[in-house]
This record gives sequence, C-alpha cells and structure tokens, in this order.
Amino acid sequence: MFEQTISELSAALRAGEFSSVELTRAYLERISQLDGELNSYITVDAEGALAAAAEADRRIQAGDTSPLIGIPIAQKDIFCTDGVKTSCGSRMLDNFIAPYDATVITRMKQAGMVMLGKTNMDEFAMGSSNETSWYGPVKNPWDLERVPGGSSGGSAASVAARLAVASTGTDTGGSIRQPAALCGITGLKPTYGRVSRFGMIAFASSLDQAGTMTRSAEDAALLLQAMAGFDTADSTSAEEPVPDYSATLNDDLSGLKIGLPKEYFGEGLSSEMAKTIHAAIDEYKKMGAEVVEISLPNTHLAVPTYYVVAPAECSSNLSRFDGVRFGHRCEEPKDLEDLYKRSRGEGFGDEVKRRILMGAYALSAGYYDAYYLQAQKIRHLISDDFTRAFKEVDVIMGPTTPDSPFKLGEKASDPVSMYLSDIYTIAVNLAGLPGMSIPVEPMKGLPAGLQIIGNYFAEAKLLNVAHRYQQQTDWHRLIPEGYGA
Amino acid sequence: MSLERSDVEKIAHLARIAIDEDKVESYAADLSKILGLVAQMDAVDTEGVVPMAHPLHMSQRLRADKVTESDNREKFQRIAPQTEAGLYLVPKVIE
Repeated sequence: MFEQTISELSAALRAGEFSSVELTRAYLERISQLDGELNSYITVDAEGALAAAAEADRRIQAGDTSPLIGIPIAQKDIFCTDGVKTSCGSRMLDNFIAPYDATVITRMKQAGMVMLGKTNMDEFAMGSSNETSWYGPVKNPWDLERVPGGSSGGSAASVAARLAVASTGTDTGGSIRQPAALCGITGLKPTYGRVSRFGMIAFASSLDQAGTMTRSAEDAALLLQAMAGFDTADSTSAEEPVPDYSATLNDDLSGLKIGLPKEYFGEGLSSEMAKTIHAAIDEYKKMGAEVVEISLPNTHLAVPTYYVVAPAECSSNLSRFDGVRFGHRCEEPKDLEDLYKRSRGEGFGDEVKRRILMGAYALSAGYYDAYYLQAQKIRHLISDDFTRAFKEVDVIMGPTTPDSPFKLGEKASDPVSMYLSDIYTIAVNLAGLPGMSIPVEPMKGLPAGLQIIGNYFAEAKLLNVAHRYQQQTDWHRLIPEGYGA
Repeated sequence: MSLERSDVEKIAHLARIAIDEDKVESYAADLSKILGLVAQMDAVDTEGVVPMAHPLHMSQRLRADKVTESDNREKFQRIAPQTEAGLYLVPKVIE
C-alpha cells in the first residue's frame, strides 16, 4: 500500500480493494509510529482526514472517477487551511487557526483529496535546511544526522519516508527542488503564476510559486492538473490555458535538445555529483536526445541578486505581522510601538529577522538605487540568459544542488554558506521559469537530484522528460532503510 | 560594506523589530557578510537595462467596482489578540 503511486492507489480504491478510510487510517498509523523522529509534520489532522476519506468513499461508490479522489496528501504549513492551525513554521503564527482555505487547498478538496496534516518547514519559507522552523528541524529519512533541505523539508521527508502519498511545497529560491533532491523525490516548481498564490502565506511575491512533491513525474502530472489554472483571487495568476499534463508523458524524446550550462558544472560542484548527473544525461542520449553545451553567463550573480530582491519583498510582506489582528502579541505592551516591536521581536526567529532587516536596509532612503534597483536590472540580465538559451534548446539540465545533503548544524551558523547551497536553483525563480528535480543514482547511499529547467509554461514538456527517465530507471522507487513496507 | 551597531539599531527601529541587546553585534556581523555577498552586483554595468520587477511582464487586471466579499468580521476577529464591539484593540494612541 505504501509503495503504490497515485494512479495505482486510485485504481485500487475504485476496484474496492480497500477504502479511502482504510488507506487514510494506515497512513495515520504510520505517521504516529515513524514521525516522532523525523518531525516532518507540525499538525496531524486525523479527525479531518477520516471525515474527508469517508466522503471520498461515498463519492467513489456513487461512481465518481476523479483520479485524486480519496488519496492522502500532506500540505505544507504555508497554505491556509480553514479551521486548521497554519503556522508557517513560526512562533508568530503558533496560535493562528486560518479562517479560510488557500485556492490550492480548495482545489484539492474539490478533487476529493484527503489532507493528513500540515508539514514542517523553515520559518516563513526562509531557509535551505529546515533548521529555522520554530517546531525544530526535520531529519532526512536517508540519514537522520542530515538535513532534508528546505524550505519544504517536511513535505519532502514525508513523501520520501512514505508518510504521505504526495505533498505540496512552495519554491521561492529552490524550496521545492532542493529538498526534493536531498530526499530523493520528484519536485516540480511550475512557471510563476501557473498555480494560485491566494492563501499561500507570502514571502517574496514576485518569486513565490506553489508546486508538487511526489514519488514520480506521473503523480506530479495528476497533482498539477488539480492545482494549476487561473484564479481571480490572485492578481498575478496567469491566464494561460492548462493542458492535459498526463496526455504527453510518454512522448518520444528523440531529437530533444538538452542544454548543459557550463556554469552549472564548474567550481563548487562536487566531483561525485558531476559524475551522477552526467550518468543521468547519458541515459537521455540513449533515448535519442541531443546534448549541447550552453552558457548562462550571469549565473554567478543570481545569489547576490536574490538576497536583495527576496529580503526587500519579505520586509514589506511581513509587515502585516504586527500583533494587532492575528498572530503573536507580546504581554502588556506599554504603547503601540512597544506592541509592534516586541510582538515581532518575540514572534520571529533569527533568520526571518535577518532578512527583514536586510530588506529594510536595501529599501531605505539613500540605498534604494544601489541595491534594489540594481538587483532588478541584473534580474533582467539573468532572465535574458535563459531567453537566449531557449532559442537553441528545449530544456536545460544540470545538478539541483552542489553536493549531497549536509549535516544538521553544519551550515546553521553561517548564513552566507547556507545561501550558496541554492546556487543552481535561484536563477530559475528570478526568471520565473518552471523547474523540476528528479532522483538520479544516489551517492554513497545519499540522494542526488537532476534539475530540468523549461521555458515558460512548458510544465508538460518537463513532466514528459522526467517521466521517460523514470521509465528507464528505478532511482525514484528507492525507499530509505527503515521506511519500507 | 560593514554595518555598525548603530546601523542595526536604526534598521531594527524602521522595521519595528525588537532585537536583544546582546544580539545586536551578531546581527551586524551577519548582515555585513550578506552585504559582502551582495556587493558582487556593484561591478556589473547595467547602463540602459530595464529593471525587472516581475517575471511575466503582465499588467494589473481590473475588475468591476462591485461588492464581491461577504462579511466575515466575526470569524476573522475570533483569532485576534484583543477585540471589543467589532474593533481591534491596541494600547491608547491618542491622549
């Protein structure tokens, strides 16, 4: 049961092999047995899950054949869920019971999915290791001394450890792809605007995008189908038609042009990672793809640019947490300024405070042109690199991360070294492009991810390219020791 | 570029965040490191480059000026720290 994909489970549910209530109970049981050590969930909603499963069973019996009906899923704790605590990994929202559903949640409910609970994450999605969570770090199921990546670390670990069939994540600078790579699962960050941001707690609004974390590209296609599409409640939602993502999964890849950016294979990449990524690319050559070297010359500027743009937007977005309407309020404020300052000082952790301060500095009088405006101009140069590349190639491939998962605490005291671990993922967000990470051959028993970057709204192509690899290889089927059925 | 104690105190005030006295130095050190990383941007010639605020080059949609939301005041105020008669309470602002 725990090794089955969405489409296998869906067929089993319709054939009456087991009910959604039985499936949900089995997952809840597994979470209570195994998550104590992993810490991948912040909230488990057993009651809500079983009620949703019972409703799904009624729909299945009535002949509803929606592909996601009755499938248990974990939602990142950044999505507002009506009546269920939505903490965003922060003390600031430890007491926040969301009063409405995010569009992503609404759409999954409509599709009949069963929410098991809300997953752990870096505080306000700011981090690459899950160590900034108020609820403690998530462990990597492949090695409990290592990080699962972040910020969607709980979502990645829960899927890898088979504590959920699939999960959602959000990706502002790599927060779906990097943890997917480090936990050995399939992560998809769609084009900016493809999935509604309504009800998804904002970090950096021109970069944030919700996506899928699954065991396979086939599952990702089913999940994205339910999530994607125009939403009037999100002012930057894209009015692009949504194709049938499952229909093109098996398309032939002969003649596919793959670009390998030389900047993604240079200094900083571990030699073992280079080896496993090249082996994956050789697999594509066998399928008839053509590989060419390309250049994205402004790659080295992506991290510096991001650490102006993202903190600037975060300092503005997080000003709403002021201790007045919801969230943490300090005890006995002596005046309004004291209320703001102490509520925010107590409610936010160190990394969030650092980014708010960095953003406030970059936007403050006298510094705006040198930092924010210059960063927005370089953002254009970075985006132009991709536009040029996609005139020559269909997809771009490279490593998702420079190396295998690092140890807990290894980078926690040096923010800059932590920031540099996202070097291959950040430029994709600045440009607003879709990107995926899929598991390739592990390195000394630890997962590694191949990143596949596509042109705007080319999610169907990415899923096709990922699926064909998963038809040829079994790396995505590996289960960490101790988490097998 | 390196930040002093007083810089951190000034920004923290602008951002309305209380920082523990004994942590100001470490914030100054970390922010200076981040500014060191960001300084790589200085060397880039961006003369004539249009700033990119948004990936999709879209313009803001407009909608008809009609009431579309229902009144959820009670539900929204149930999670507020302090309310009275439908109002959010804060310490006295005007003497």
